[in-house]
Amino acid sequence: MYAYDELDRQIVRERVAQFASQVERRLDGSLTEEEFRPLRLKNGVYLQLHAYMLRVAIPYGGLSSRQLRQLALIAEKYDRGYGHFTTRTNIQFNWPKLREIPAILGLLADVDMHAIQTSGNCIRNTTTDCFAGAAFDEIEDPRPTAEWIRQWSTLHPEFDWLGRKFKIAVTATQQDRAVLRGHDVGVRIVRNAAGETGYRLYVGGGLGRTPMEGKLVRDFLPRAELLGYLEAILRVYNLEGRRDNKFKARIKILVHEIGLEAFRAQVEAEYSKVVAAAPAPDLREFERITASFDAPDFADLPEVSRKLEQAQAADPDLAQFVARNLFRHKKKGYVALTISLKSIGGAPGDATAEQMRAVADLAEQFSFDQVRVSYKQNLVLPHVRRDDVPEIFAVLKAQGLATPNVDLITDIICCPGLDYCALATARSIPLAQTLSRHFADPDKQKEIGELSIKISGCINACAHHHIANIGILGLEKSGGESYQITIGGDPGDQYALGELLGPGLPASAVPEAIDRVIGVYLDARRQGETFIETYRRLGVTPFKAAFKEIADAVA
Amino acid sequence: MLLLDRNGAKPDPFIAVETLDDAPGKNVIDAFASVDALLAAGPAQAAVLAPNDLDAEDFAPYLDRLALIAIRFPSATDGRGFSLARQLRRLGYKGVLRASGPLFPDQFPQALACGFDEVEIPDANAARQPVAQWLAALNRVTLSYQRDYARGATGPASILDRRARS
Repeated sequence: MYAYDELDRQIVRERVAQFASQVERRLDGSLTEEEFRPLRLKNGVYLQLHAYMLRVAIPYGGLSSRQLRQLALIAEKYDRGYGHFTTRTNIQFNWPKLREIPAILGLLADVDMHAIQTSGNCIRNTTTDCFAGAAFDEIEDPRPTAEWIRQWSTLHPEFDWLGRKFKIAVTATQQDRAVLRGHDVGVRIVRNAAGETGYRLYVGGGLGRTPMEGKLVRDFLPRAELLGYLEAILRVYNLEGRRDNKFKARIKILVHEIGLEAFRAQVEAEYSKVVAAAPAPDLREFERITASFDAPDFADLPEVSRKLEQAQAADPDLAQFVARNLFRHKKKGYVALTISLKSIGGAPGDATAEQMRAVADLAEQFSFDQVRVSYKQNLVLPHVRRDDVPEIFAVLKAQGLATPNVDLITDIICCPGLDYCALATARSIPLAQTLSRHFADPDKQKEIGELSIKISGCINACAHHHIANIGILGLEKSGGESYQITIGGDPGDQYALGELLGPGLPASAVPEAIDRVIGVYLDARRQGETFIETYRRLGVTPFKAAFKEIADAVA
Repeated sequence: MLLLDRNGAKPDPFIAVETLDDAPGKNVIDAFASVDALLAAGPAQAAVLAPNDLDAEDFAPYLDRLALIAIRFPSATDGRGFSLARQLRRLGYKGVLRASGPLFPDQFPQALACGFDEVEIPDANAARQPVAQWLAALNRVTLSYQRDYARGATGPASILDRRARS
């Protein structure tokens, strides 16, 4: 993992003191509420429905055991004993008191963590593949690039007052596991024909009320040029992005309105001036960061673990867990193990302090002290020996963390919704819990196979409902909650936005409507086809017809 | 209006005039839209107040004849002026750059880092946020991850340069 040096620590400490001063100046009236609001947001402090909420940054989803234990302590001492992992791989505490927030920031700084730029119209947390550094299919570990961007974007004096928030994701694999095309900028690590490693950049993706697919802006950028090119993109956006309407202020709208070609021309023109004005870029800092991420000291292990095979044969629950929750590692004899935070009937993405500590202990003992947060709101132990899986499984089972449902229908992504969020128009967690129970039967889940459900409690789409196989959007309709269902979305390489099936339904009708949709799939699927593959073959029409029966019945 | 730079409050050497007939021999500030007439009127020194949505290239023909360019910030949260200042410096502008609008002290170091020399804030803001708060804001974060932003001796030190030296 990247290790903070004294300079990284100092800037976090100074930022904490700066925030404390901002709070003080708000309290003594120097800053108006209007002035203070963006300042508290830039430090992750939201005013929610019932309380303040603090969003803590987890850069590119990476945590050490020590950091996770500190989050557990904060959950216990300043919250109600749990935290909520988000689709931006951060963690949110829902019940802190405003006057305690400086103390929480101090505890975070003690473990090289902070809440810098977790909200506000600035460059947010850079995210990446949750299997980074472990995945069998990566060109290289994407985290050094993400850390390079993190540093560059931290407290950037020019890009702190953008028209709107700005999100960057990085991946280093063919299979996109970081929703690259759903970000303001997507950075893909690639090799060119000459064998050099560099970057392919997508720009203007995003969800929210106007979902758009990121577009290819640069096919190959030499590594040393990344930060200069990002500077050019951000400067063009800062100057040209709309300021007259906050719903049209994201970079996706700029790219859409002026067109990709015109946008690219502006960026390239700006970039040529950046290059001419600045000293030649060098890779010293990138190399320093990369050295900090040196690979763990993996053992030479056989491909197959007899121990795990024997344990699986004796324990069908373990066998099911192994079938669902393990991901292929680059190193023989190792796996990346996903800890589902989607227990049947639980609130997606929530973990208790006790669970966090248990995961921290497992990471320390079995995964080189590393934990990852995935955008799917699960945790990952990235470097686990196959031999150790039975022992890890036993601990997870005791903690209620062994749900074998990764990428199945109950692995639901869900925003906090109207139970917490001031922006929400409907509740999302109770519906996630209902659907989770509705599809609890493991055999049914297995029969349905890979299928993503994502539930957002408002049009801002924090749960990415547009790119779900089955997306659910909660709206307020004549005083009640109404849920619109889309199908056919895909967050990956065949990036697609879902199609609306019909009018919104009350929560009570949603499970049956989804049953009908799945019924169409199960009847029509060919050997080995997943839901999304069948959908692509059939199109939306038969699904709409099945949905209509339910919609008509409740209308 | 309160005008201040990194050393504190300062008087404004520029005046607005009723008509450009009054300009000769004086230090005059006028709207950028009138820049040609202003320069033709023969002031001792010429300054312009410009909106933040102009292209930096629009200033290029005038840069060596303008002693001061003031860029208007219509609100504290509209950060276009920061990028415009940066571009004007890159074009070689050597005169004074002023940020004019309802900024607040936490933005002072950002303005200086982007190439501004001074800020001019409305009296109502200055009443809440006196000069001492502006100067204190300069010393809160003493480091930066960006390389070539800080200007002058009082800007934050670049972490990257420090690391490169060690």
